[in-house]
Amino acid sequence: MQPIIIEPGSSARRYWRDLWQYRELFQVLAWRDISVRYKQTVIGIAWAVIRPVLTMVVFTVIFGKIAKLPTVGDAPYALMVFAGMLPWTFFSTALSESSSSLVNNANLISKVFFPRLIVPTATIMVAFVDFLISFFILVAMMIWYQFIPGWQIVLLPLFVGIAFLASLGPGLWITTLNVRYRDFRYVIPFIVQFGLYISPVGFSSSVIPEKWRLLYSMNPIVGVIDGFRWCILGGESSIYWPGFLTSLGITAFFLWFGIRQFRRMESRFADFI
Amino acid sequence: MPPIISIENLGKSYLIGHQSKPAESYTALRDVIGEKAKSFGRKALNLARGRQIVSGDHTEEFWALRDVSFDIDPGDVIGIIGSNGAGKSTLLKILSRITEPTRGRICLNGRVASLLEVGTGFHPELSGRENIFLNGAVLGMNRREILKKFDEIVAFAEVEKFLDTPVKRYSSGMYVRLAFAVAAHLEPEILVVDEVLAVGDINFQKKCLGKMSDVSKGGRTVLFVSHNMAAVRSLCPRGVVLEKGHVAFEGPVIEAIEHYSNHSVAEVCSKWTRNDSPTQSPIRIHQIESRLSGKQPCIKLHCDIAIECSQSCSRYFMAADIFHQSHSPIAQALPETECFIEGTPGIHDVHLEIDLPPLIPGVYSVDFWAGPHYKTGYDYVKKTISFEITESPIVGRSHPHKPEHGCIVSPCRYHYKSFPVEAKIAV
Repeated sequence: MQPIIIEPGSSARRYWRDLWQYRELFQVLAWRDISVRYKQTVIGIAWAVIRPVLTMVVFTVIFGKIAKLPTVGDAPYALMVFAGMLPWTFFSTALSESSSSLVNNANLISKVFFPRLIVPTATIMVAFVDFLISFFILVAMMIWYQFIPGWQIVLLPLFVGIAFLASLGPGLWITTLNVRYRDFRYVIPFIVQFGLYISPVGFSSSVIPEKWRLLYSMNPIVGVIDGFRWCILGGESSIYWPGFLTSLGITAFFLWFGIRQFRRMESRFADFI
Repeated sequence: MPPIISIENLGKSYLIGHQSKPAESYTALRDVIGEKAKSFGRKALNLARGRQIVSGDHTEEFWALRDVSFDIDPGDVIGIIGSNGAGKSTLLKILSRITEPTRGRICLNGRVASLLEVGTGFHPELSGRENIFLNGAVLGMNRREILKKFDEIVAFAEVEKFLDTPVKRYSSGMYVRLAFAVAAHLEPEILVVDEVLAVGDINFQKKCLGKMSDVSKGGRTVLFVSHNMAAVRSLCPRGVVLEKGHVAFEGPVIEAIEHYSNHSVAEVCSKWTRNDSPTQSPIRIHQIESRLSGKQPCIKLHCDIAIECSQSCSRYFMAADIFHQSHSPIAQALPETECFIEGTPGIHDVHLEIDLPPLIPGVYSVDFWAGPHYKTGYDYVKKTISFEITESPIVGRSHPHKPEHGCIVSPCRYHYKSFPVEAKIAV
């Protein structure tokens, strides 16, 4: 076998090879986080059902019934809310889990070697499992409302992928900062809390005045939510392309920036954590 | 055969911060605010530049390892010894790729598994079975290897009955056994082990040592760091002594241990004064003076201990631990099991008189502990005063004693009878 050379900067050179070699650890860590998530809770996995359903009910009542905001086409308001909540919940859980992941796994980081990128990506898998459960609720709701989606539904995995990358980028950056400056663990709950209201979760993004629409799409999750609604509710919602491309661009930028910052610091995590 | 590990000019530096003036010296609020603002400004600047933020008002580069070079041949079992802060752990961390060196290089011709802690990655909520897979994966085993060794691991750890119980309900012994069992069944070419044998009960420690020596006899290369000189001596034919980040000695283990013992003990000092920064604890052992009295084998050690008590606290008691120069613990002196010192602010003077056991000649040091309960200590100062025993406890013996036989000569007496040959045949 080839000798391993350890010298300043050596781990950066064999980075992607190492990552592939450690793919099994990725599976194991993801499985650990998933199986630990609802341990020692009475209703267990039901939490993954109750939380989105209750949020959906509240949003439907407040935005649909009280504020009387318009829905998309003739889709039921509850369905529209839920189609937006799916990617939002995935995004916010993934972001907050991944941004605290390194600090939560400090004992591993300081005692064993493996490509650190595994840790934040594996925690996002937890959010993905919750997402799948919520997706079944959506299917149940569609059956209840007797709503048949169009052909666009087959493109849904594409948007799930975008949501994954949109959360990974900032997640990597913040988890890196978190290793040195624990201030950022107080920042994330704020971002998530505000994000829920400034993203079109409880309402359709068509209520945003046309002149603000592009600016509004600077929020990377707007494009993902619009995409989800387009896939699930069919042609009755349409994608606002300039906005979608802006969202995509911002997502790509954060991803590049997150990975760059993460890799720059990675070899010294153990010294700071 | 080329060396399996070759280390060339390895160095690792850290940035550390210092406080130039003690914090109490700011009296005016204006000064305090000014200093805080300056320090905040510096931190913000460093954050923006992506540099390390260091507490204190000036920084210094600290070399934990410097110009370390040595080679290790395949199948060697090397003990790495050195006092605290000599750079042992840093070396192991670099070898196991947890952190990168600042300069120099290491060439490894094999897979490394490092065991810097038992049970790394164990999750308390998961069952024993699940943790075996988790820990195995963390230590670099793949699923197939773990499945192959699963029964062996369980048998070694003796936890068959509790495999499906969450490990948080395990006794600490069971936990450590399971954790060591997983690690012991790793099969890398190079095994790096740090102080993990200092856990578990005596039987388990023996079992671990046995397993370790099996591993080393199996032709694998082992790097073993420990303060337990007996374990190092029995496991490792070769030793490397680290001193302040340098390699001070490399060679046969007996000589390495001797080198370490001779160089690590400071001169005999009968007076010790604390020199570190203030702590949060209500009392601090400030100064200790000691002298010996009497003749072998009944020598007494007298210690005058001055304790500063800054705030009133509950009553407490004291204990002293005596160590041989090779760092093996010899004895504990516990004058009273009840708390006997009143926790009133001021200076407490304690005179402690210790009847020393019959110690072999050598230099011994003493650690002092003070606290209100066995489980909670107020203060614990290590390597304080030291004293030298020059005479053998066996009056008249001039042949030197070897620490390998222990540092205490047990007082003993015998009865002897001799039977003529015929008497034995008659029985």
